Amino acid sequence: MRAALKPLFDPLLRDNPVTVQILGICSALAVTTSMTTALTMSLALTAVLMASSAVISLIRHHIPAQIRLILQITIIAAMVIVADLILQAYAYAISQRLSIFVSLIVTNCIVLGRAEAFAMSNPVGASILDALGNGAGYSAILMVIAFVRELLGFGTLFGITIFPTVADGGWYQPFGFMLLAPSAFMLLGLLVWALRIWRVEQVEPAATHVDREEALS
Amino acid sequence: MTDLFLRAVFADNLILSFFLGVCTFLAVSKRVETALGLGAAIIVILTITVPVNQLILTWLLAPGAWGWIGAGDVDLTFLRLIAFIGVIAAMVQVLEMVLDRFAPALYAALGIYLPLITVNCAILGGSLFMAERSYGFGESIVFGFGSGLGWALAIIALAAIRERLAYADMPAGLRGLGMTFIVTGLMSMAFTAFATMAAP
Amino acid sequence: MPDLNPISLWQRLLAAPNDSRGKTLTMAFLVSFAAALAVSSAAVLLGPRLDANREAERRARLEALIAETPGLAEVLPGTGIDSLEVLTVDLRDLSLADALDPAQVTDLTPEDDIAGIGTRPDLQQLFMARDGRDLALVILPAYGQGYQSTIRGYLALGPDLNTVVGLAITEQGETPGLGATIQTPGWLAQWPGTQLMDETGEIRVAVVRGGGTTNYEVDAITGATRSSNGVQNMIRFWVGPLGFGPVLDALRSGDLP
Repeated sequence: MRAALKPLFDPLLRDNPVTVQILGICSALAVTTSMTTALTMSLALTAVLMASSAVISLIRHHIPAQIRLILQITIIAAMVIVADLILQAYAYAISQRLSIFVSLIVTNCIVLGRAEAFAMSNPVGASILDALGNGAGYSAILMVIAFVRELLGFGTLFGITIFPTVADGGWYQPFGFMLLAPSAFMLLGLLVWALRIWRVEQVEPAATHVDREEALS
Repeated sequence: MTDLFLRAVFADNLILSFFLGVCTFLAVSKRVETALGLGAAIIVILTITVPVNQLILTWLLAPGAWGWIGAGDVDLTFLRLIAFIGVIAAMVQVLEMVLDRFAPALYAALGIYLPLITVNCAILGGSLFMAERSYGFGESIVFGFGSGLGWALAIIALAAIRERLAYADMPAGLRGLGMTFIVTGLMSMAFTAFATMAAP
Repeated sequence: MPDLNPISLWQRLLAAPNDSRGKTLTMAFLVSFAAALAVSSAAVLLGPRLDANREAERRARLEALIAETPGLAEVLPGTGIDSLEVLTVDLRDLSLADALDPAQVTDLTPEDDIAGIGTRPDLQQLFMARDGRDLALVILPAYGQGYQSTIRGYLALGPDLNTVVGLAITEQGETPGLGATIQTPGWLAQWPGTQLMDETGEIRVAVVRGGGTTNYEVDAITGATRSSNGVQNMIRFWVGPLGFGPVLDALRSGDLP
């Protein structure tokens, strides 16, 4: 049972798509100024990921190698368009803010990356678990970054005021830098650092002295 | 046109202003040589796919495109995502074959990075921006080339920095990915200065 | 044995080696067909709902715009936008038309295209409310290029057709938290009272970084210069000579009903 659930739990920390596999970063930076958009994006991605991994896993034995990439992309793109239409039909206000980023789920490296690395060579059940795990891992990182950015940048969480801002008669002077994209990079860097202090096995090996001479010459 | 070009390279830099193509940007920037190869490939793909997608959008998908056979109010813009991606994947395949035939040395040097371009969000993002801003054919070529050049410049710069940083003393946990994120953050802060360049 | 044929065909397909030409073509075709079917079904089934959402959003913003205009509630016979007069005008010769025609457009030169829209649809609709025989309110649609999306909105003008009584943004895809602030009540509240043109007829309305000082100026959003400029250029274009400028002149002089 433990082994069967491995694809679900691994991507949460040990093999996190954002902090270890370096996938799905574009959207992780762009939609994290508010927790509401981060949450919506996470749910949309997880849904698309699960659906596409399931379908690709279903037909994995019959995909010709030469058109492998484009078949996968066609399936993923169709899922994304349908997800986008559903979002626009049932959550119009939020869909407007997410427009280009939902479309970019198609090239969100996580979806294609997991299709290639897992769904192509594993049964449907495991693929769905893997998709759910990666979606959850991605969501966790997004929510942490969004938490910091929204709280420090706006003084709110999910739109609810936590630190009343000076503009609204409160005491908190918003840290405007948090709303700009470079802050997301910094926060991700610090997050990766913190994770590697906690999980020492994820630390990258240092370059050796011999290489140093060569590189600096 | 020069204004559009300069904006595409600096103020609207696909990576450092819009954060598209970051996954590949971080993963392929360990060495300057590979960054150069990938950058060149990105420039070629963007310069070709953005104008081609513009033609497809105008003559096949936009409302009124099918007016010449009397179906003027057919609006197929909801298919543009699949159409753009199909074009990009096909172009990458074609480029692969052309390089293999006429420039085998370059083909060998690029290796795995060529198919990797198909899923680079920057390529799709370029076409989506073209659609959003309704560029003409000529503008699409300039925009595609400028965007590609901007992306290439950014990754080459990062690779150069990373090569030096590899031998710097820093906390173990920050080594590699952590420091790369922070450096990229600093680079993008520098690029926000260019945003004022675009304002009238 | 006719009914075995499709089944045996399917089994032969599944059994064929993946890289055979027949299978490659068939798989490509099947996947494309399934994808197209899924997307088209979703578009067709959800289409009406999407249109309804868009329409509802537009009406809500227009109604909010009217509700904020002081003194208008007494003037309007009914409630909401249905009590507004709709005028469909051809911007080229100020003639009245029955319906819009998106195919009729005029190409804009780069110098004229300050809103970044490429082409200008010639037939446009505007909304009016009257107080007796005098105009009390005119609402103009406007759209233009923002930072990373098209910004669409409505500009409401008072009886002098030069003072803004309200601005509503109905559609934008700018950066959440930054450019998207153009749609927040806080930012839009600056617009009532802003003047568009000065006595000589020159368009002076502007969105200014660092804060507006005169009656013509509105504060830009810090960190979202391009979105702020997008709103400014959109308004300047649509109240200008290539937008509703001539229409407003005609309304003022009484040439248009």
